[in-house]
Amino acid sequence: MFDVQALRNAFPILKREVHGRPLVYLDNAATSQKPRSVIEAECHYYEVLNANIHRGVHTLSQEATDAFEGARDKVRDFLNARRREEIIFTRGATEAINLVAHSWGRSQLKPGDEILVSEMEHHANIVPWQMLCEATGAVLKVIPIDERGALAAGAVASLINPRTKLVGITQVSNALGTVNPVAEIIRLAHQVDAVVLLDGAQAVPHMAVDVTALDCDFYVFSGHKLYGPTGIGVLYGKRSLLEKMPPYQGGGDMISQVTFQKTTYNQLPYKFEAGTPHIAGVVGLGAAIDFVLSVGLEAIAAHEDRLLAYATQQAERFEGLKIIGTVPGKASILSFVLKGVHPHDIGTILDSEGVAIRTGHHCAMPVMDHYGVPATARASFALYNTAEEVDALFGALRRVEELFLK
Amino acid sequence: MSDLRDLYQEVIFDHNRHPRNFGPLIDANRHADGFNPLCGDRLTLNLRVQDGVIQDVRFEGSGCAISTASASLMTEALKGKTEAEAAVLFEGFHHMVMGEKTTVELGKLAVLAGVSEFPARVKCASLAWHTLNAALKNESDPVSTE
Ligand SMILES: Cc1ncc(COP(=O)(O)O)c(C=O)c1O
Repeated sequence: MFDVQALRNAFPILKREVHGRPLVYLDNAATSQKPRSVIEAECHYYEVLNANIHRGVHTLSQEATDAFEGARDKVRDFLNARRREEIIFTRGATEAINLVAHSWGRSQLKPGDEILVSEMEHHANIVPWQMLCEATGAVLKVIPIDERGALAAGAVASLINPRTKLVGITQVSNALGTVNPVAEIIRLAHQVDAVVLLDGAQAVPHMAVDVTALDCDFYVFSGHKLYGPTGIGVLYGKRSLLEKMPPYQGGGDMISQVTFQKTTYNQLPYKFEAGTPHIAGVVGLGAAIDFVLSVGLEAIAAHEDRLLAYATQQAERFEGLKIIGTVPGKASILSFVLKGVHPHDIGTILDSEGVAIRTGHHCAMPVMDHYGVPATARASFALYNTAEEVDALFGALRRVEELFLK
Repeated sequence: MSDLRDLYQEVIFDHNRHPRNFGPLIDANRHADGFNPLCGDRLTLNLRVQDGVIQDVRFEGSGCAISTASASLMTEALKGKTEAEAAVLFEGFHHMVMGEKTTVELGKLAVLAGVSEFPARVKCASLAWHTLNAALKNESDPVSTE
């Protein structure tokens, strides 16, 4: 049974107060809180295992390496990748996308080639491609979104063409909550031999992902949105592609032999992991995956769907409130604007009531432009949120109304 | 945190609902755009300066209550001031929102003193003033609070 109170007890931070009120943390799409098991795994690493990996014969180095590589196996299972060497650790989703843009992009693209992204992308899945276009003469094309915040009907099929070399698309939108039909996009892209990078930053906390079944070419996510540490993320890439790609950064660990005449690179995945990695972060990410799987992604999704439905119901009854992103089947994100009140003011007033939400452009300025708003307020739910917290959100919004509109 | 009412005083709501000197300014000879990338607030400031005196000043744009009220109050405070006096006000205002002491007589601008207790909102209150600074220097690049 899904016992939200028991789960809340696993998150030390949820006991804290903000401005004398119990914390109501609804900014999970920015980063989620960490369960004790993740915090303890990092602690344990530093207290018991700490050593550099892949290079010592001593016991600690061996144990640290085992913990690090064990986490790689957990990520492989979590994404159902075929091979462990297809899992590369990065600093986060952003660095993973930059790695692909730099290494795959610069070695593959010619002037006139096209990269296709959508209008709802996070800046992390826009700017690296713009930089790549600048460097190679490739052209960035954009799949528009409709009023509800879905990809415009038929747009993907009409934009994909033989010049398309890569499609970069988010599986779940962080600004709108939209879940994109990625399987269909992958099928269309592969018909013209384009590769597909899925931005899974918002997807992995909410749904089971199977990169083999999806047949995507690259998949990226960040640990910190998955109840794991900051500063650690994952790039999954098909081995056939990764093998052909040049290294992203040079240094230790990524080489097999170095002389001043010639350096040969290490095999996968180490070819893409130059330097001492964030070992504690990787160990913490492994613990986060264990935690999420122990709760169960289906149960998490069902709980979050109930919360979102409840919040949406209240939002629809709230006078002057407009929901931004109304596609059915959204994932646990409620973005909105309130007539006559700037989101920034909403954020400050909610904070004084202990309610943490995000206000701003959510690193998706093109989405804001699409809706003609400078910013939105966004509540995003995680497995530990409750219906009472949704009530607290709307109670605090009443206070905004009192202050501003009365 | 200090009371929300210290931040959102009646005067601020009033200027937010009915911003003064809002709209375009014909025969402006100084101009600057301001942008707060954190919240997406945009502000355009136009001034007519003659013999070192600010004859008129108007603003346009969209922002939160704090940035709108601050811009509105600023335009009121600036009319008839010399550029040197405006620079003194800017400094005094800056000290006030940073929670530092100032000897500058700020008049009605003092309603924004509460901002110093809300560090995340200092940029909102300062946007208009940074834009003013740029306009008086006639810098052509939009100023950003970042
Ligand atoms: C959809 C999406 N993509 C990418 C990112 C970037 O993640 P990170 O900042 O952890 O690299 C985010 C984070 O906000 C996101 O929501």
